Amino acid sequence: MTAAQLMKTSGFESVGGGANEWQETPEVIALRAKTGLRILMAVITSLFFLFIVSFLIRSQIADWEHLSAPWKPLANPWPLWINTGALVLASIFLQWSRISSRKQEARRTVETLVLAGFFSLVFIGGQLAVWQQLMSLGYFVSTNPANSFFYLLTGLHGLHLAGGLMAWCKTVVKAWRGMPIKQLSSSIELCAMYWHYLLGLWFVLLGLLTSSPETYAALVRLCGL
Amino acid sequence: MAYVHDAEKEALHQPHSFWSKYVWSQDHKVIAIQYSLIAIFAGIIALVLSAMMRMQIGFPGSLEFMDANTYYQAMTMHGMIMVIYLLTALFLGGFGNYMIPLMVGARDMVFPFVNMLSVWFYFLSVIILLASFFVPGGPTGAGWTLYPPQAITAGTPGMEWGIILMLVSLLVFIIAATMGGLNYVTTVIQARTYGMTLLRMPLTVWGIFMATILALLAFPALFVSGVMMLLDRTIGTSFFMPEMISMGQQTDYDGGSPILFQHLFWFFGHPEVYIVALPAFGMISDILSVHSRKKVFGYKMMVWAIVAIGVLSFIVWAHHMYVSGMNPYFGFFFATTTLIIAVPTAIKVYNWVLTLWKGDIHMTVPLLFAVAFIFTFLAGGLTGLFLGNVIVDIPLSDTYFVVAHFHMVMGVAPVLVVFGSIYHWFPKITGRMMNDKIGMWHFWITFLGTYAIYFPMHYLGILGMPRRYYDSTAYEFIPQSAHDLNAFITIAALIVGAAQVLFIYNMIHSAFKGKESGPNPWNAASLEWQTPQTPPVHGNWGEKLPVVHRWPYDYSVPGVKEDFVPQNVSEQELEANKVKL
Repeated sequence: MTAAQLMKTSGFESVGGGANEWQETPEVIALRAKTGLRILMAVITSLFFLFIVSFLIRSQIADWEHLSAPWKPLANPWPLWINTGALVLASIFLQWSRISSRKQEARRTVETLVLAGFFSLVFIGGQLAVWQQLMSLGYFVSTNPANSFFYLLTGLHGLHLAGGLMAWCKTVVKAWRGMPIKQLSSSIELCAMYWHYLLGLWFVLLGLLTSSPETYAALVRLCGL
Repeated sequence: MAYVHDAEKEALHQPHSFWSKYVWSQDHKVIAIQYSLIAIFAGIIALVLSAMMRMQIGFPGSLEFMDANTYYQAMTMHGMIMVIYLLTALFLGGFGNYMIPLMVGARDMVFPFVNMLSVWFYFLSVIILLASFFVPGGPTGAGWTLYPPQAITAGTPGMEWGIILMLVSLLVFIIAATMGGLNYVTTVIQARTYGMTLLRMPLTVWGIFMATILALLAFPALFVSGVMMLLDRTIGTSFFMPEMISMGQQTDYDGGSPILFQHLFWFFGHPEVYIVALPAFGMISDILSVHSRKKVFGYKMMVWAIVAIGVLSFIVWAHHMYVSGMNPYFGFFFATTTLIIAVPTAIKVYNWVLTLWKGDIHMTVPLLFAVAFIFTFLAGGLTGLFLGNVIVDIPLSDTYFVVAHFHMVMGVAPVLVVFGSIYHWFPKITGRMMNDKIGMWHFWITFLGTYAIYFPMHYLGILGMPRRYYDSTAYEFIPQSAHDLNAFITIAALIVGAAQVLFIYNMIHSAFKGKESGPNPWNAASLEWQTPQTPPVHGNWGEKLPVVHRWPYDYSVPGVKEDFVPQNVSEQELEANKVKL
């Protein structure tokens, strides 16, 4: 076999990614950050998927008291819907900020970015208020596994949002220090991706937490558990 | 324009002081060495614990301090440290960090700061774990699988603080592994140099890449179970804890499912086997190729086998739970998938052997370890086929046969790869060769010694000797011959354990006083051996990144004077310098 034959390697072309200089271009850095975030979102999906499966299995044991049953706190979950509205607004404002940054509208970009953070904080505050309300009604974390899962899932989702807010803070500081919108846009892009993801995740969790016992039973049967 | 200055600094992360160069370093090579040294330190502790256990098994009562609680604590910590804190950390954090950027032609990992955080979180996790030796009640003695309800029920050693520290340590470790994993995967996807297509990557990178994907998707299962058990233990939830009476008292727990924990644990636990095995598969392929001066046989098949094993490893977990009382149809399903996963694994074994076939085999220390790995992995893998079948597993479950199986397949086999790989890549890391004679002694004692330990264990298992017993002399059904064999195994284990001093001495002595190796002592073709400096300096490649023209296995190419062609030699250069090369 000749060296030329040996050289013939099929497969995907190299993405390169590295310039021949030490400093990578901003586009390359942004692309890598996006890839990293996508992988992180896959990890978070795996985490919540496993929590949800655990939730479903545990919900089929006799001691489970559904929080969404009649006369239970989540039978009419309007506080959760208000919080959901805040998170939807946060996501919308981040998307707005993303679009504005692409159009190089500096003022609009920063304004909407700040508003997104504000509504995210409203969401977290609202979730804590729901926790307080549940506790005032005697639904403590260890009283029943349904309560435990409620606190656990909403708490972990909130923690992930809090982590996102740290990245958001960093972006706001960059904007405050005068970073040009063109360079800021990659950070906003990442924030927007993450917020949309967390909003989607929240819809799944909200659906799960407020569903009826029959739905859980059907899902468990469907999964063959 | 402060931000521009900051951004440049961040991207280059050029070290300026001792602290930024060796402690808070963002250089992947320093991080790799930090990971490796911490892992080896943890591994030595686990090795000492195993020696203590073996003393108790072989010569019961010989250690005064060894009561039943201490035995179970030693067993638990030995297992957890070896699987998670040594092997996982060493393969991904150690070899992954060192090899990936060099083998794909990158200057560093793509997120160096996160990479640095990863190693320090790992360090923190080890500190938390080891702290459990010093808290009231000592470390947990729940067994490395930490099954509830036993793990957090009164009477289990370490139930007070040990189990809490173990779970917190695991959670911190998972965060560290995730931060590292994001780097390894993104670097492979996004930072390969010019010409480095996916199918020109060495199998080492493929193995580590796939293992990292498994880690990223499987560790969440351990995280989920860890968080829920921590809440059961600390604030009294009942995720896993059933209604029960403990020490004559009704506990506050109600309705939890211990089996749910087992499912979550093994959904992580089985891919964990391949998180350790896949990097080992990759590295062994490269070592065999270099030292037998032959291309890897069936490279593409090897890549697809790695991918297939990775995917299949997610649907075999319940073969660890045949005796948990699950639905027999589940047993049938998991036995079938277990047999299926043997197919790509067997392909790899055949291809390793065929790589050696008619090669120009150099009997170097790395090659010996590689061949020893094939034997050991084969023996451990075949007993895995036994245990993968429900009908064979049930009588053998909880016997020494299982202990022998998993130690062969994911204890000794990967450790042989670790040794072989250190002997192989040591010259690149330090610029010096390890001592060959000491290496040979180390190899033969370790290889023959581990067989003296684990081969008889299969017999003990078939004899029906149960694992986990603190003092087997108290049972009439265990014959004297089993005790004699246990004494023999203990002596072999102590010899093998002591022989590791040779390796540690060789490593430390050679790092400072070893013979200078030059840049490429094995005449290897892959990219990590082509760096302008040895050991590679910060940034790896000097001014220009390398350009890759070929795969990493161009050995004994006809018409070329030297028996290897480096990956960064172009076709034109090859033609022009045919004689010189």
